[in-house]
Amino acid sequence: MAAEDFLDWLRREGRIVIVGASLAGLRAAETLRAEGFAGSLTMIGDEPYEPYDRPPLSKAVLLGKASPHHTELPRRREIDAKWRLGVAATGLDMGAKRVRLADGDEVEYDRLLIATGVRARPWPKEAEAQLDGVFVLRTRDDAVGLHRRLKASPRRVFVIGAGFTGSEIASACREHGIEVTVAERAGAPLVGALGGVVGAVAAELHRDNGVDLRTGVMVTALEGDTVGRVRAAHLSDGSVIETDLVVVSLGATRNTDWLAGSGLGAGPRGIACDAGCRAFDFRGIVTDDIFVAGDVARSPHPLFGYQFLSLEHWGNAITQAEIAAHNMISASAERRPHMWVPAFWSSQFGVNIKSVGVPSMGDQIMITQGSLAERRFIGVYGYQGRVIAAVSFDNTRWLEFYQRLIETAAPFPVEFPTVDRRPEGRQPIPSDFPDPSLPTHGPTVTLSGYSPSDRHLVFTPARH
Amino acid sequence: MRLVVDLNKCQGYAQCAFLAPDVFAMHGEESLVYNPRAEEELREKLAHAVAACPVQAITAEGPAGPGHTPGEPGQERSDGR
Repeated sequence: MAAEDFLDWLRREGRIVIVGASLAGLRAAETLRAEGFAGSLTMIGDEPYEPYDRPPLSKAVLLGKASPHHTELPRRREIDAKWRLGVAATGLDMGAKRVRLADGDEVEYDRLLIATGVRARPWPKEAEAQLDGVFVLRTRDDAVGLHRRLKASPRRVFVIGAGFTGSEIASACREHGIEVTVAERAGAPLVGALGGVVGAVAAELHRDNGVDLRTGVMVTALEGDTVGRVRAAHLSDGSVIETDLVVVSLGATRNTDWLAGSGLGAGPRGIACDAGCRAFDFRGIVTDDIFVAGDVARSPHPLFGYQFLSLEHWGNAITQAEIAAHNMISASAERRPHMWVPAFWSSQFGVNIKSVGVPSMGDQIMITQGSLAERRFIGVYGYQGRVIAAVSFDNTRWLEFYQRLIETAAPFPVEFPTVDRRPEGRQPIPSDFPDPSLPTHGPTVTLSGYSPSDRHLVFTPARH
Repeated sequence: MRLVVDLNKCQGYAQCAFLAPDVFAMHGEESLVYNPRAEEELREKLAHAVAACPVQAITAEGPAGPGHTPGEPGQERSDGR
């Protein structure tokens, strides 16, 4: 069959399977139908629920503004799909073009989209992780359980990890008047994503709001009582925190286990793909029938040195899904690249935190508007003489301006005079990211490649 | 009724919080919190909020169900280009 004939046939009566029934999976399905795909569409999801939104689970839900049972995503259109919910994909046969399911079934595809996302990284000591009162927060079920326990007035909540989710949980607890202790291995909250300069502001936010913040410590053990309920946490500095509710917020792990042995280029960092969302096999050869989108994908980005980025960002899931869906049913000349500028938000302690670009690439930062002391500012990150990222605390309307600077590789340090520029922001200072060879709870962007134009690699040994 | 706000787009104009205060609220100076499952009787207020958002950040399932979503940001991209 000629290429155009195949495409015609595919659009008319082909079989498309989407593994992952969350934000990216749903938006991809809607895009396929919007662009005229009339064949059969199968949506596979390991959770028993139709696609729901996750950001509210650590914000509006914990603040009591929304029910954890009702964050289902609005539909843009009917997608007329066959839903296989509550059954995980367990394997992929690339040769036979089949996805194996946990219930023993197999589903054949002509085009496959993988949007299996990430899962919360659990507490590594299994017996302790299974104590009653130890939670992670990723899924709707997690949120329902945590919500119920928070309503039962715990004496103290203990949060492990001060990344975005951990900080949002601490914030919600304080709003409800619940005592909360946060333990973070790094020197401040949010350092993995935003660096130490901004992290210091986040630390003040925690402490001013009554959080018992412990930094530079590791949790060595969770202790249970005789009936298996958690009762205390032990820290590396010797202290013991009595608690009856622990939330493990140690970042996420990519859902690629089911692809082991499939021959796809999938691993703990995600599934490598080209800018058009086509997955690579393990030999680095691009496939033409398997596409990836959302948190689980890693793709090269020209703005960031063609590093492979995997982005745990809401907006990225949508745009990447739309691009993948379009490319799945388009001829090669009509395909589009996915070149979204990374962007995410967080809301904690009443402060709106937003970021564009890849802050963790920036070795320097300038506070170009507002001031750190007022907790209302814009921080611009620089890397090799150009603007690479910006973060705003309660200053979101300016962020689009800085996004343009990133997109045009504007020079750093920034020269322009702005409104509201303070003396402290006239000079760049080190952005103070932790040693990359030390594990943290994880930023929301993972850099996992390097540019072929780099002539050398610098090995960064651990400081300890 | 289901809704979702693209908080990357949201710039804290708070028009939605004025027009549909039972659904949207400001949390601090700029942060928006909302109930993603709005009551049916708020449909009209919600439609106003969707229309009034200066950056078109709100997606809600429209009056006639899926497929009719005025002011829905992703629509033209999926249909058009």
